[in-house]
Amino acid sequence: MLTASRLRDGEAVWLGKSGWVEVIANGEIFAEPSSAEAALRRAEADVQANLVVNPYLFEVRVNEGRITPIKEKELIRSSGPSIHANLGKQARHV
Amino acid sequence: MYRYDEFDARLVRDRVEQFRYQVNRRLKGELSEDEFKPLRLMNGLYLQIHAYMLRIAIPYGTLAARQLRKLAHLARTYDKGYGHFTTRQNLQFHWAKLVQVPDMLAELAEVEMHCLQTSGNCIRNISADQFAGAAADEIEDPRPLAEIIRQWSTLHPEFSFLPRKFKIAVSGSEHDRTALKFHDMAVQIVRNEAGEIGYRVYAGGGMGRTPYVGYAVGDFIARNDILAFLEAVLRVYNMHGRRDNLWKARIKILAHALGPEEMRRQVEREFEEIRASGTLALPAEELARIEKYFAPPAFETLPDDDPAFAAAEKSDPDFANWARTNLTRHRIAGYAIATISLKPPGGVPGDISHEQLDGLADLMDTFGQTEIRVSHEQNLVLPHLRKKDLPAVFARLKALGLATANAGLATDIICCPGLDYCDLANARSIPVAQHIAERFADLEKQHAIGELKIKISGCINACGHHHAGHIGVLGVDKKGVEYYQLQLGGSGAEDASIGDILGPAFGEHEIAGAVERVVDVYLARRVNGERFLDTYRRLGMAPFKEAAYAAH
Repeated sequence: MLTASRLRDGEAVWLGKSGWVEVIANGEIFAEPSSAEAALRRAEADVQANLVVNPYLFEVRVNEGRITPIKEKELIRSSGPSIHANLGKQARHV
Repeated sequence: MYRYDEFDARLVRDRVEQFRYQVNRRLKGELSEDEFKPLRLMNGLYLQIHAYMLRIAIPYGTLAARQLRKLAHLARTYDKGYGHFTTRQNLQFHWAKLVQVPDMLAELAEVEMHCLQTSGNCIRNISADQFAGAAADEIEDPRPLAEIIRQWSTLHPEFSFLPRKFKIAVSGSEHDRTALKFHDMAVQIVRNEAGEIGYRVYAGGGMGRTPYVGYAVGDFIARNDILAFLEAVLRVYNMHGRRDNLWKARIKILAHALGPEEMRRQVEREFEEIRASGTLALPAEELARIEKYFAPPAFETLPDDDPAFAAAEKSDPDFANWARTNLTRHRIAGYAIATISLKPPGGVPGDISHEQLDGLADLMDTFGQTEIRVSHEQNLVLPHLRKKDLPAVFARLKALGLATANAGLATDIICCPGLDYCDLANARSIPVAQHIAERFADLEKQHAIGELKIKISGCINACGHHHAGHIGVLGVDKKGVEYYQLQLGGSGAEDASIGDILGPAFGEHEIAGAVERVVDVYLARRVNGERFLDTYRRLGMAPFKEAAYAAH
């Protein structure tokens, strides 16, 4: 998947089918290297357009339709601080 | 408490408007991220995992009640209701929005606060002993000098583009509560045999990937020469610091490559040159103006044995426990220094809510406290409390959830934000601090253990001071999984030392148990009132290592 930070507020966002989304579950998975590269190019265009900063690709696994990042950092980024269930993206589901 | 003069006020106000302009240009695309990043960092604004993080300077860790109220207001209005005190005595908001940061800075300027030099390769916010002006062992309040260094170093053109960041601490006591020898440069106020006051200057300390204990580059610098001497150290660094390698760019690398003798020779040469061309010395009236702001409050003549205090100690075990660890002897009879622990069970070390910030400001007003201090151990300090007020102060702290009785004990853990917030981190540190604190939750056990400094960092940058912990924990990433290295025998005090790495790292669920087993070795083998650190230094690593890995 591809993530970035939204310029105006720093919100963690993921690239979805029709643009940047605030929840990882709505993001798009790029299974092929070619689609990942294309996504990165699209993100770079949005960097130039001053919408996002620091775009990068990261790995996820999908289990029964649920997207889980492989790395802890991406997991925390997609959910919120592990010590504050009431903060970050995870708070939206509480 | 220092108050801005017209120059300070204008400088900070101008910077707010400058940054507002820069943010607008960035949002409109007139500045690229590459162009904007150094500008935002110069204003303490980082981009972290979840959002922007705004780091606010708290010069020498001193705050007034009106500043606490402003921080509470910012936490409520622009952030998520809380702030985080750091090991540099600063405060961070972890959920800042770029578009709102200029307004946050404008609000901070209203109470003489800013984010200057909380990032970047410049002289960072000056830190000082949190017991300044109150400690019984103090020679002189370090804050007038810290304020002079602040003014001298603010936007200093020669030192705005150093090879790397540069951190300075000042202490006026024999007992080091500021981790002097782990700073790039530090000043200790000392007295010579003739009874005169002067400055011992250390350089070359640091933590991070390559930790070093700093050494003295000047043993007794005269008052009038101090800025010239500090400038000489900085000039040697600015000229010879390793700009070619980020990991070797701090002064510690230069200082330890040159060695004390050569370093001192070079500093001395620069010092003589500066002196020959005219030393920068503050006019006497400006010195007096600054010193006046740090004049002690009008202390009353009080008995040191206050009956109300003694009665509360007898009747209220919670108060007695708090008094035992969180009060420190004041230099004036009938007064005490109170440490307000920001390490409650299950809490996040250094975090404080907006309600607590407001509540503390009210408490300060009630008890005539004009200042509150931030310690590098991520606690707060009320420096000048009358002993007779302490039972009432304690009751107010209890109501605010700020009466945890653990200052200096096993659960008073220093901990960086770690991977829960920080983009640089390799592993989480806060949950580890919580797990360890749980193991030692029993206060009786904590008292039995006595002084124990546990310090945790989520990466090698060592914001959690793990190198200087009696027990240090360093989070590492091994193929995407968090592991924790244990270090023993560090100290950030006057007996400064770097902890020894015990061996292979522990898993997330193993580390707290390993720490407990290490402490058990100390409890079984200590003699004659030794602290954990003393026992470790006497016995060496072997018995601790054996116990730590016994159940591994």
